Amino acid sequence: MLDRTITAIIVSVIAFVVVYTLTPILIKSLEGRKMVVKDYNRVGGAMVARPGGPSILAGILSSELVLYALSPSTGILAIILTTSLAFLVGLADDRKVLGGWFKPVALAATAIPIILIGAYDYHLEFPLFGTVKIPELYLALIIFMIPITGNTINSIDVLNGVASGFMTIASFALTISLFIVHNYDIAIASLPLGFVSLAFYKYHKFPSRIFPGDSGAVMLGAMYGAIAIVGHVEIIAAVALLPAVINSFLFLSSVKRIIEHRQLKANPVTHTEDFKLMATAEKEAPVTLVRLILAHGPMTEKEVGFAIFKLALFSAALAIITAFMMGIRL
Amino acid sequence: MNGIQIFVFIFIMWIMIIAGGGILLSIIAPISIHGFGKYDEFFDSGIKAVIAILLVVTWIFIISKIKNLIFQKQIKH
Repeated sequence: MLDRTITAIIVSVIAFVVVYTLTPILIKSLEGRKMVVKDYNRVGGAMVARPGGPSILAGILSSELVLYALSPSTGILAIILTTSLAFLVGLADDRKVLGGWFKPVALAATAIPIILIGAYDYHLEFPLFGTVKIPELYLALIIFMIPITGNTINSIDVLNGVASGFMTIASFALTISLFIVHNYDIAIASLPLGFVSLAFYKYHKFPSRIFPGDSGAVMLGAMYGAIAIVGHVEIIAAVALLPAVINSFLFLSSVKRIIEHRQLKANPVTHTEDFKLMATAEKEAPVTLVRLILAHGPMTEKEVGFAIFKLALFSAALAIITAFMMGIRL
Repeated sequence: MNGIQIFVFIFIMWIMIIAGGGILLSIIAPISIHGFGKYDEFFDSGIKAVIAILLVVTWIFIISKIKNLIFQKQIKH
C-alpha cells in the first residue's frame, strides 16, 4: 500500500510539474511562430497561442512511462498508446481543417491498441444489477467509446478554461471511483489525467494564455475513455461526463448531423454591448449547453465557465455515488 | 437557482442509465435462445446485442422527449 502511495505521489508530481513548466515555454514558442488564434469572446479579440496539446502530451507520457517502468501493465501501455494516437489525430486537425467525419473515424482507430493488447474485460458492470458478458458488443463499445469521449471533451472546449477545468473535475471523480471499486493500479494510472488538466487550467483559465486545441482536448477525452475501458468503469465514466454528453446530445439533436463548429451557419452565442455572452435568437443556431445556461440572461465568460463547473461537480458526485452502488446488489 | 432544469436533466439521465442497466441485466441477459444447433451461442449473443442496441435507441428517443419537455421554454426562445 505504501509503495502504491509513493508511486501515486511520484506520477502526480511529474504530470503536474511537466505541464506547469513546459506550457509557458510552449506559449512563447507558439507566439514566436505566429501560431495564435483570435479569442472572439475577449474585448478587442486578443490573440491566444494554440495548440497546447504538446505540453499536455509531455506531462501524460512522462508520468505514465515512469508508472509503466515502476509497475508494468498492459492497461498502462494501452492508455499510453491510445492517448498518443489521439494526440496525433487532434494535431492533424489543428494543422489542417478536416471534415466532420475525420475525427470520429480516426479516433475509432486509436482504440485498436486496447483491443490488440487485450487490455479490456468484456463484462460490463452496472450499479445494483451486476455484470453482463457481451464479448462481441464490447468490442463495438471500445471502438465507439474513444471517439465519443474525445469529441465530447472537444465539443465543450468553447470557452476559456472550460475543457481543462471540466476534465480536472471529471477525471478526479473517475480516480476516486476507481479507488472505491478497488482498482488501485488504474486509479494511479488515471491520476496524471487530473493533474495535467489542473496544471494546464492555470494557463487556460480566463483570460486564456493558451488554448488546448484539438490535439489537447481530443487527447484528454480519448485518455479518459481509455481509462474507463481499461479500468472497467465505463458506466461511472459516462455519468461523470454527463454535462459534456448533454452538450453533444443537444448539439446533434438540433443540427441533426456530424459537423464541425466552424461549419455552423449561425453561432449559438453572441455578445452584449458590455461584451457579456448572450444566447442568440437565430433559429439556425444549434442548441448547446452554453446557450441553455445563457437562456436566463447574459453572463460573463467566467460566470458561464463556473456554471459548467457546478454541473461537472454535480455529475462527479453522481459518478462517485454510482461507484458505491457497484458494490450493492439488488 | 437559475438553470436548475439542467441539473434535473442530468439527474434524469443518471436514473435512466441505472434503469437501462437494470432492464438489460434483469430481463434481456437471462433470455436464452435455442434451436440453431451449434450456432446457438452466436444467435443468442447476436439477438441480445440487437435488443441492447434497440434499447439504447429507445433511451435516446425518450431522453430527447424529456429534453424537449424540460427545455421547452429555452429551445423556443
